[in-house]
Amino acid sequence: MTSFLETAWLVVRKDLLIEVRSREILYTTLFFAVASVLVFAFGFVREGRAVAQAAAGILWIAIAFSGTLALGRAFERERINETLRALLLAPVDRPALYVGKLLGLIVLLGAVEAIVVPLVALMFQAPLFAHPWMLLALLVSGTVGFAAVGTLFAAMLVRARSRDVLLPILLYPITVPVIIAGVRGTAALLQADVDLPMARAWLSMLVFFDVVFITLALWTFEPLMTE
Amino acid sequence: MDFTSVAFADVTRTFGRRRVLNRISFECRAGEIVALLGPNGAGKSTLLSIAATLLEPTSGIVRYGERDAAPAGAALRRQIGLLGHDLYLYPELSAAENLAFFGRLYAVDGLGRRVASALERAGLGGRRDDPVAGFSRGMRQRLALERALLHDPRLVLLDEPFTGLDDAATAMLQQRLEDLRRAAAIVVVTTHDLETIEPIVDRAVVLHGGRLVPVEPGAGTLRERYRRLSGERT
Repeated sequence: MTSFLETAWLVVRKDLLIEVRSREILYTTLFFAVASVLVFAFGFVREGRAVAQAAAGILWIAIAFSGTLALGRAFERERINETLRALLLAPVDRPALYVGKLLGLIVLLGAVEAIVVPLVALMFQAPLFAHPWMLLALLVSGTVGFAAVGTLFAAMLVRARSRDVLLPILLYPITVPVIIAGVRGTAALLQADVDLPMARAWLSMLVFFDVVFITLALWTFEPLMTE
Repeated sequence: MDFTSVAFADVTRTFGRRRVLNRISFECRAGEIVALLGPNGAGKSTLLSIAATLLEPTSGIVRYGERDAAPAGAALRRQIGLLGHDLYLYPELSAAENLAFFGRLYAVDGLGRRVASALERAGLGGRRDDPVAGFSRGMRQRLALERALLHDPRLVLLDEPFTGLDDAATAMLQQRLEDLRRAAAIVVVTTHDLETIEPIVDRAVVLHGGRLVPVEPGAGTLRERYRRLSGERT
């Protein structure tokens, strides 16, 4: 039997190979995230000055909204040709399929963030790179938490007729703690008097959410995916 | 784990208030090809999904040899090959990449060699590196069949396998089914192509109104006997 990590790697590699060929999810999420940041920049930047601490909120809104788009498309791909059923029929640990899908989404969202973070820094004149490692830790842990819940819900809803409507309705209330922690942690890095202990506290909370969400998702994925 | 029979015992499946399968009981044995017939929406695909462990019965059990589905888990799934109505292929990947991906999930030994011979059998040796998106329905069907059989499953579940196949491919599939019988596989085929399936099936059963009825051997072709049986039950 294929091992847990090998299965997860096979799924990640397959998803990334498909994405490299189609570039469908990357382009659509990137376009959406960049468009969101630009629209907010028109609203919140006046005479070259941004509304105080708007950058943190706008960065995380762009990540959450584009992440929702990516989640929907990633599982739509598995639904169209019912390949999700073929994956579930394979003699592998089913939670490994979840981990594979999750890692693929994290890589995609990471690519989107690599463009969006500098764009937010530029448009809102935010010193996002003053503490790059702390920012990276907040982004990684926040993205993992959001994608952990989103991957589970997107997989659950893959056969629901109104999945496009249901996904954000289910996802946002559950991931609100992640988004708040991400916003507050990033805001602590952007204020005039940088508050690193506060950023660390929010980072700890994000890591806690990640552990809880991933544990719950691994535990529930198999029963939820059995019809 | 291995097994030489699959037995449905009083299997019922409901979707909401609709009862699709109603206390189905039947058994298939190794080296047997069983045709599962019935009108559209009769529940044939539901029955195959239950046999494939993708769907749980509302009540009743399915036994694979001496084992139930739930505790056997991945070891049981290793012995099942399913060709669905949807073909379970990634259109962005090439024919060889599709087979290699699923072959790795099933930990198939000598994968490169197995993929090459599967592609040859599917008549796609020359198109191995082409994306599946560019294939015709028949080519996809042939590739999907090889994907389902790549790991030499004991239980082979084929949902409308003749869809989109030309005469040559149909003859090849009939030969493939004969080979599976010789290899002691348990084969369950749903189809509406009764003339095509008749020479190779050992027996046929009809799903009608949620109940399973055997098509008894007797006078007339399989289609005639099927029509008589369907007519009696409507």
